[in-house]
Amino acid sequence: MAGEKKPSEKAPGKKKTSEKKPAEQKAGQKEGGEKKKRVRKHHASRNPVLARGIGRYSRSAMYARKALYKRKYTAPETKIEKKKKEKPRATITKPVGGDKNGGSRVVKIRKMPRYYPTEDVPRKLLSHGKKPFSQHKRRLRASITPGTVLILLTGRHRGKRVVFLKQLDTGLLLVTGPLAINRVPLRRAHQKFVIATSTKVDISGVKIPKHLTDAYFKKKRLRKPKHQEGEIFDTEKEKYEITEQRKTDQKAVDSQVLAQIKKVPQLRGYLRSTFCLSNGVYPHKLVF
Amino acid sequence: VFKRFVEIGRVAFISFGPHAGKLVAIVDVIDQNRALVDGPCSGVRRQAMPFKCMQLTDFVLKFPHSARQKCVRLAWEKENINEKWAATRWAKKIEAREKKAKMTDFDRYKVMKAKKMRNRIIKHEMKKLQKMASKKGKKPEKLEKSEKPAKPAKAKKSEKVQKAQKVQK
Repeated sequence: MAGEKKPSEKAPGKKKTSEKKPAEQKAGQKEGGEKKKRVRKHHASRNPVLARGIGRYSRSAMYARKALYKRKYTAPETKIEKKKKEKPRATITKPVGGDKNGGSRVVKIRKMPRYYPTEDVPRKLLSHGKKPFSQHKRRLRASITPGTVLILLTGRHRGKRVVFLKQLDTGLLLVTGPLAINRVPLRRAHQKFVIATSTKVDISGVKIPKHLTDAYFKKKRLRKPKHQEGEIFDTEKEKYEITEQRKTDQKAVDSQVLAQIKKVPQLRGYLRSTFCLSNGVYPHKLVF
Repeated sequence: VFKRFVEIGRVAFISFGPHAGKLVAIVDVIDQNRALVDGPCSGVRRQAMPFKCMQLTDFVLKFPHSARQKCVRLAWEKENINEKWAATRWAKKIEAREKKAKMTDFDRYKVMKAKKMRNRIIKHEMKKLQKMASKKGKKPEKLEKSEKPAKPAKAKKSEKVQKAQKVQK
């Protein structure tokens, strides 16, 4: 440190040496510290081999030779153990109303079960790989890419040709015949019930709003019967009403898609038409 | 009765088997059922081939029997068989069939629209002629005018063929 304080006056050669010393000291300290941290080289086996599988010394002799009495390791405290230390609260005091009741009671948080079954349920065998639906692997046929024209086979819009936008998280396909062309709104379609044609629309520049997810499209059901048996069936949604949000989303997506469709000649008319089979037309012989 | 004969140099079209769809020249006859055959310009090695899988074409080449491949190739190229074949109706039909099988859904739609348009035009012309004919009564002019539909029909046909070719491309 003293050497560092005289840089300008002294010659550059000396400066270097003075700087080197503290650097060396530091290096020395570093090595010592590193040695302590670094794993020591493993010793060769302290148990000479007499014949294959047979050593010269017994277990207890080896214990002494390896000095295991000095080396006792414990595993680092795992997260589970850490969590276990934090014991949860067993009781809680709750205020109680009434004049002569003493104001509060000490109540158990986790109470004993109020019913024990006659026969205990047997322990289930372990299984592996049984995942819930949300964790399933979603696949998509190679023939279906964003912008492909699909033919819907089931549902209200069967036979209609429709543009594929993207696959949603549950694996269903987000699809829009642009509404102006064939009255198919932004809708979900199932991959299995769809024929993928080889006609593609260039959708690379189309931005699909991020809030169009499965939750957005899920059917809503009212389930709050107020214990009146007279009108339960009427209160449930009979007629589906198109919300304003759906309309705006439809416009936003369709305007972009329509622009791309107009670039391809006759594609608009193609999307307007429906698919049908007639005499002599066999699906297994058709090239889609 | 028979116009095409099995002879040395006859060009044949292979209808089935591993070389289906290719042209070969008959170089020699082995026995009642087989011929020595060679297709240097169509990728068929010199080999024996049963007559059953061959269909004779109109083309005959000039080379002696058992001529080697070089001679066959020379004769083939001199006669320009490949181009002549492509110009025949037979080859064109085969090509049209292939194209039809490859049509995608969108192509089928386009063809349907083209056909519809063509038929409308034809019908329109026919109706016009019929009207004229019925108006003017049973005059000999009828014969002249019945020839006319051939022309507009052909004109529309060529349009349709062009459109169909566009579609198939």
